[in-house]
Amino acid sequence: MKYVPPGQSGSIVSVEPRYENFIGGKWLAPTHGKYRADLAPATAGPITEVAHSTPEDVELALDAAHAAKDAWGEASATDRAKVLNAIADAIEKNQEMLAVAESWENGKPVRETLAADIPLMVDHFRYFAAAARAEEGRSTEIEKDLIAYHFKEPLGVVGQIIPFNFPLLMAAWKLAPALAAGNCSVIKPASPTPWSILKLMETIEDVLPPGVINVVTGPGAEIGKALAANPRIAKVSFTGETVTGRLIMQYAAQNLIPSTVELGGKSPNIFFNDVMAHDDDFLDKAVEGLVLYAFNKGEVCTCPSRALIQADIYDEFMARCLARIASIRQGNPLDTDTQLGPQVSAQQIEKISSYVDIGRNEGAEVLIGGQRASVDGAEFADGYYYQPTVLKGDNKMRVFQEEIFGPVLAVTTFTDDADALAIANDTLYGLGAGVWTRDGTRAYKMGRGIKAGRVWTNCYHQYPAGAAFGGYKISGVGRENHRMMLDHYSQTKNLLVSYSTKPLGLF
Amino acid sequence: MPEPIMLARIIATPAAREAIRLLRAAGGGPVMFIQSGGCCAGSTPMCFPVGEFLIGDIDILLGEIDGCPFYIDKRLDEAWHQEQFLLDVATGEPEDFSLPAGDNLHFVTVSPACILPGAAN
Repeated sequence: MKYVPPGQSGSIVSVEPRYENFIGGKWLAPTHGKYRADLAPATAGPITEVAHSTPEDVELALDAAHAAKDAWGEASATDRAKVLNAIADAIEKNQEMLAVAESWENGKPVRETLAADIPLMVDHFRYFAAAARAEEGRSTEIEKDLIAYHFKEPLGVVGQIIPFNFPLLMAAWKLAPALAAGNCSVIKPASPTPWSILKLMETIEDVLPPGVINVVTGPGAEIGKALAANPRIAKVSFTGETVTGRLIMQYAAQNLIPSTVELGGKSPNIFFNDVMAHDDDFLDKAVEGLVLYAFNKGEVCTCPSRALIQADIYDEFMARCLARIASIRQGNPLDTDTQLGPQVSAQQIEKISSYVDIGRNEGAEVLIGGQRASVDGAEFADGYYYQPTVLKGDNKMRVFQEEIFGPVLAVTTFTDDADALAIANDTLYGLGAGVWTRDGTRAYKMGRGIKAGRVWTNCYHQYPAGAAFGGYKISGVGRENHRMMLDHYSQTKNLLVSYSTKPLGLF
Repeated sequence: MPEPIMLARIIATPAAREAIRLLRAAGGGPVMFIQSGGCCAGSTPMCFPVGEFLIGDIDILLGEIDGCPFYIDKRLDEAWHQEQFLLDVATGEPEDFSLPAGDNLHFVTVSPACILPGAAN
């Protein structure tokens, strides 16, 4: 089925001509009254206008968050969990609407937002509602009459900066643990995707205490530092590229606050020859596992963008994969049959094109794709579509080392387990990896040997709440998506209590 | 083809130099560039007011463009084969915290594969 684009007659998504910041439970116009157009990548046409905020607006959001933080921080875990569950219920009730909004603004196919992004958000809020309820302090009897009590206390107000590739899901990943731990948030969406989170706020504003979540939209150069370097935040969390990641950590160091940064990857996806031992469902799953590089148009920090295939199955396995890639349906992201939508912006598609040129120049062989795509429908003539592409080469090539952030796979072969591991780890990054084999011992050893925070084993691109996610090496510092995040968003208060009546005897 | 001897590691197009001139005029001082890698806005140069980004021992100064330094993380430089970079501008807002290269423009680095003769100066 095809959904009607947001704002058009008959669409399930209503669109206002312009959107303000969401601050203190209200919609506040930006201080300087400036707005900017928000574009749909499928057509390059405008969806709406959003606030072009300035540092004054960040301060207003921080005022609202600070006004809310004591009551929210002191609310019982039971009450906070109720709010998180109410957020989850509201999202679930509006799942289809949010899925269409997210698809149209980002370009990702609606089949993905319906099946993954939005249901995962719902589950994420429920997971952290449960985790908050199950959280316990610890006490230790250090000596018979000396007891250490440990309590978790909220940090206060946190600053959160999210990327364009999963605008709603990454917001949920950051907001749910922060709120569950009793913090209030000021959150800045990415410049290309500021609108879907505002639709989310419309959806949940009735169940959310004012000031607990505050959304400020605008360019990072103008408001990013105003938030990340602000002495009024107690933690900063960021997903994006390495240089801004370092800048975030630098600001955090200057304010002596903690930070979480998630900074990309160049994830290997390793296929051992035993995947071809039988022509069965598992082989079919492995073929799909390789083609998952095109999931979300390749705009995923964990995109399995390096396929390592054991040499003796390369020809036959790759032939099956290329056939699957050739059948990918590209087009209107709001068509539930579409598997590959447009890239998020003109910038991204330019970058992808130049990387494929770099690959060709270095001698990589283009096995499929390799240029911009044209899709059916005159309205999509200016959309940012790129063909699903496979480049064959070797791991020293730049297209194997740099994150392209598009539907471009670099494929090479390996001889044995040691060779596979060496190639897998020959990268600056360490966010994700995939291992495909019917041999459990081999899977375990490879999984432990790969220097990456997440090793999908006989699966890929699954993001259930409860599975910790984060990077080794230059892919970042910190974890998300697990109850351990409650620790990352909490202070530890220790009460060291003496029940002895005797003096120490020192003075 | 004659062998290149000492290639400048970073060069800039007239459009990039003009963008730098305007940024200097608007900000009252030079800017700095740091080549980025990874994730959404990766592989583009980030531009900040000079001194904003703390340079570490891991960073290499590739050169200066009109008094504005251009750095890259040594590890990225090695992985990217220590190539020459051409600083240019392209349509669209910058991402993350980078300064724009003008209205609806951002800085990009172009690799030799894509450099046309005569494009740089």
